[in-house]
Amino acid sequence: MAARPALAHSAPAWPTGPAPRGFTALAAAGAVVLALAVGAAHYMEERGHVVTGMGNEVVWGLPHVFAIFLIVAASGALNVASVGSVFGVAAYKRRAALSALLALALLVGGLLVLVLDLGRPERLVVAATHYNFRSIFAWNMILYNGFLAIVAGYVWVNLERRFASLATPVGILAFVWRIVLTTGTGSIFGFLVARQGYASGLVAPLFLAMSLAWGLAVFLLVQGALARWHGAPVPEAFRLRLRRLLGVFVATVAYLTAVLHLTNLYWAKQAAFERFILVDGTPYAFLFWAGWAGLGTAVPLVLVFHPRLRGPRATAMAALAVIAGAFAQLYVFIIGGQAFPLEIFPGYAASSDFRDGAIAPMSRAFRKRFWAWGD
Amino acid sequence: MNPIDTSRRAFLGRTAAFAGVALAPGVLLYEFAAAREAGQEASAAVRWGMLVDTTRCASGCTACVDACNAEHGVPKASRPTDAQWIRKVELKDLRTGAVRSAPVMCQHCAEPPCVDVCPTGASFKRADGIVLVDRHTCIGCRYCMMACPYKARSFVHEPTTGQKTDTPRGKGCVESCNLCAHRVDRGEKPACVDACSAAGHRAIVFGDLNDPSSEIALRVRSVATSQLRADLRTDNGVRYQGL
Repeated sequence: MAARPALAHSAPAWPTGPAPRGFTALAAAGAVVLALAVGAAHYMEERGHVVTGMGNEVVWGLPHVFAIFLIVAASGALNVASVGSVFGVAAYKRRAALSALLALALLVGGLLVLVLDLGRPERLVVAATHYNFRSIFAWNMILYNGFLAIVAGYVWVNLERRFASLATPVGILAFVWRIVLTTGTGSIFGFLVARQGYASGLVAPLFLAMSLAWGLAVFLLVQGALARWHGAPVPEAFRLRLRRLLGVFVATVAYLTAVLHLTNLYWAKQAAFERFILVDGTPYAFLFWAGWAGLGTAVPLVLVFHPRLRGPRATAMAALAVIAGAFAQLYVFIIGGQAFPLEIFPGYAASSDFRDGAIAPMSRAFRKRFWAWGD
Repeated sequence: MNPIDTSRRAFLGRTAAFAGVALAPGVLLYEFAAAREAGQEASAAVRWGMLVDTTRCASGCTACVDACNAEHGVPKASRPTDAQWIRKVELKDLRTGAVRSAPVMCQHCAEPPCVDVCPTGASFKRADGIVLVDRHTCIGCRYCMMACPYKARSFVHEPTTGQKTDTPRGKGCVESCNLCAHRVDRGEKPACVDACSAAGHRAIVFGDLNDPSSEIALRVRSVATSQLRADLRTDNGVRYQGL
């Protein structure tokens, strides 16, 4: 392969030396956010979920938008490790440990949000000892814990030279596991037969594509920031490869999202829901078009594929846009999907003091943002 | 005149007494056929169900909702975070304009999606068809609420007060209509059914769908009834007449 020798350089995966001043400031900012998050979680623990803005219609809210982003991105952050170990590309392999550590951090962050959002988080031991194997949620608990163990093992065999020969088999195991894991995460929604926004076999592959894009965007940002702090830029050939890969993944997400909505539009019973998400629903239609389609898809595609935008700044901007679009997409998918009323009585206009047939309220959602951001 | 044969009279008396002793428990058993002894398992031979006659259900009447709230210590709901075990839904046929009113609660599905998705098995179905939440193993993830096609489940968003002995409730767990399992186990009907009768509507019939001689089984056989979202094939224990 002609391109590969250009990628194989002798520089270390990430620069070494004393931590720059920016790192201390970032760590301090992180500690402040963490303290806010702990305070918010405690506040909710004391008062109950009544303070969160979630209710009996929108039962999964902003915390789940953040948690699902982190969990899906965790799988995608492993892209570089997968390319390095599964496909044996040297430049990727050098960054495999960074990629794996990032995957671990994102997954732990996402799981923390999910656990703190439980009504009874102190019963985590119940969740760990009682399994209903018909539940994709129960399977996911096994998949998430397995991912943590396998990727931790992968980091170990990558950094410990004595186990270098194990890096490829453990890398292949991690690659297969992450695909199953993201399929499982998507199926949490795909298996919800009663909800118009979710019940679809397309959700799992869509989540897989989203993980590839979002995880790579996070990796690009972290790698770029590390390189900038240490004054050691990422080799251009490597960065441009990842950038192009990001473009391919963003286009794949766009394709699968389009297919999901087009199939829905074809079915008369889904027309009202699609109209809500794509045209009428506030703020869902705006977030879909301006947030996901515009900022999260069109902008990064231009930044990635425009021949004159080859610099690291454009790459970082593209990655940031992908992440912003990801939040817009998840907000529309998770909260918009629940805000649309369940169709319990087809052919009837329903009304009740439990808001049957009405769009669910989701306006008092501000306080929980602290908590979600913190995690 | 021959002397009266007292031995024959005594024999008849003893026979009548023996027959009375032998039959009385049978009569009593028949009277309380639905009651369960403490510790006795629910029987899979029974399928508890309800039939809601929407032609008899009065618009604006909330007797069933009030009775449910009182029975289970659930405060009257007014906010999106308040629990609601049973609600009155007003319905208007979009083609004919016909208006109907009906209570909606947990439909006690034979194939309940909430039980399928519950990660810990806290959502479960009793052998006699009643779908319940085990408050000891519910972790409050709300996946069952995402899965329920009928919006029948509520999450307890705040600390609770005024709990009833038969209905433990608590912040952070999911709850829903339990078909008044404690009353049914005593051989009584659910509170909403009795309240509807007391209000003079008799719009809710409760009974064993598996017992061919029960009123509900006879009604389901003789009139057209439907299950909500029958397309999902969850085979609900609650059926509706007139929808």
